[in-house]
Amino acid sequence: MACIEARGLRKAFGTTIAVDGVDLRVEEGRILGLIGPNGAGKTTALNAILGLTPYQGELRVLGRDPWSNRDQLMRDVCFIADVAVLPRWIRVSQALDYVAGVHPRFDRAKAEGFLAKTTIKRASKVRELSKGMVAQLHLALVMAIDARLLVLDEPTLGLDILYRKQFYDSLLNDYFDRTRTIVVTTHQVEEVQDVLTDLMFINRGRIVLSCSMEEFESRYLELMVRPENIVAARALRPIHERQVFGRTILLFDRADRQQLAALGDVRTPSIADLFVAVIGNQTGQAQGAAR
Amino acid sequence: MTTPPNAMCESPQGIESQRIPPEPIVTTRPLYWSIRREIWENRSIYVAPLAAAGLGMLAFFINLLFLPRMMRGTSAHHGPMSGTAMLAMPYGHLAWLLLPTAFIVGVFYSLDALHGERRDRSILFWKSLPVSDLTAVLAKASIPLVVLPLLVFGIAVFLQLVMWQLSIAVLLISGTGASTFWTQLPLFQMELVLLYGLIVLSLWHAPVYAWLLLVSAWARRATFLWAVLPLLAIAAFERIAFRTFHFGSFLGDRLFGFAPKAFAFKTPDGVPVDPHFIPLTQLTPGKFLSTPGLWLGLIVAAVLLAAAVRLRRYREPI
Repeated sequence: MACIEARGLRKAFGTTIAVDGVDLRVEEGRILGLIGPNGAGKTTALNAILGLTPYQGELRVLGRDPWSNRDQLMRDVCFIADVAVLPRWIRVSQALDYVAGVHPRFDRAKAEGFLAKTTIKRASKVRELSKGMVAQLHLALVMAIDARLLVLDEPTLGLDILYRKQFYDSLLNDYFDRTRTIVVTTHQVEEVQDVLTDLMFINRGRIVLSCSMEEFESRYLELMVRPENIVAARALRPIHERQVFGRTILLFDRADRQQLAALGDVRTPSIADLFVAVIGNQTGQAQGAAR
Repeated sequence: MTTPPNAMCESPQGIESQRIPPEPIVTTRPLYWSIRREIWENRSIYVAPLAAAGLGMLAFFINLLFLPRMMRGTSAHHGPMSGTAMLAMPYGHLAWLLLPTAFIVGVFYSLDALHGERRDRSILFWKSLPVSDLTAVLAKASIPLVVLPLLVFGIAVFLQLVMWQLSIAVLLISGTGASTFWTQLPLFQMELVLLYGLIVLSLWHAPVYAWLLLVSAWARRATFLWAVLPLLAIAAFERIAFRTFHFGSFLGDRLFGFAPKAFAFKTPDGVPVDPHFIPLTQLTPGKFLSTPGLWLGLIVAAVLLAAAVRLRRYREPI
């Protein structure tokens, strides 16, 4: 069964179309990265998936209609929204009590175990914790829930590099077990490159690229071309071209690796580079979009 | 605490261990925990009544000094006041101190209940848990309608028992004798009347709190102004345009109209009853329950709460 299935998903705010007819299918056991510039419609799409906003079109999450069944759905779905949303007045112990009291799939011992690895004190209030600790607390709560879908919307925003690394490490090592599904949006694309199993670019409310990471690696190649081969390389129709330290780097979609290797150094591009190429070509304002 | 039985032994590489959907769901109590969470967040729910009670007790201690003299004197000095009413006065004062406190706390709590969670964005956390909007709103509504009245009752009963024992102790020590006091202060009856009054208030004010909760779910800012000013504006408009005061008296009735319906302030002989001690015989529950305004108010409260539930479902963080 598909974990998330959307057909013609659409959401408009007044005259602004945030999500414009998205078709989407996420199988169980995948880690999908939803990447897009600010205002691309990522959060709106996620809100629809989480039952936080009404929408047009067809959408099933774990076989349910999220808008009419949010509270039922939340037994099987967890999410961390784009900003720290843990109430500032709550104590760590109260947060544990509350989630244990309302969530049938919450394993308190597990959450305590995760917290034991941190310096977070039970009696502390959220307002007394650092940003990184709040993220750790929220992750501990969420990881102790035996959910089938976890949605993370910019979960590491504003965290320093140590916390960000730790966040994805614990997510992969302590949580992901190949039966769960994770959907994550982030601007820190290079951090999730090795985490994802699937990749999706979204721009102006539409999906502009959707592939598995295996596909990504076999399909896209980056060529650091030797100066004398530049005309020959351009003849192979790269989708993007950029200059780094005076060298020209070309990005190819479905090119022959052997053929490219003859013209320079070939490697798999980073998601960030592909993002700039795909979205940049679309919007004509590539610079700064990926960050 | 509540641990799903197979949560720990689930192996990551269990290809064969297909997820069995009907796991035994641990029974949860979303409403109970949602109410507790409200009390955690809003400590004024119990701090304010306790503070008022503390003030009342302080005043009582001072009053206690005069008790022996009062018991020795005759009630004639106190005009038409009966001996019982005079003795009951500090006890009644305590209740009169607690009731308005609870009302004010309830009003400000309700105005913030569905607004604060949007303002601090924590609504995204609450909505990430399997608690329906209906449960969340009912938990919030139950604070002014159930929790505060119960709290007031509990505090009042406890403190009045303490006051009663202290009074007797003072009278015995001063040698005045406590027998008159013992027989004339109908403590149990006073508690029953207080309980009745709290239920009456809660039912009568239900639409007031429901309105405040609705505004709190709807307004982006200045919930107090949105809750109060439009009502005053309507009353003023009516006054100026038609020189009538129907809406204004309707508002007044909604705030204070319970009293003449739930209590008889005159005995059948036409003697006025002292408000410090209303005997059980002066309660008129039949009249109160047959007031159409009560039932209309409850229907309006239900409609307003349903609207608040719906708004909470649609509303996003501010």
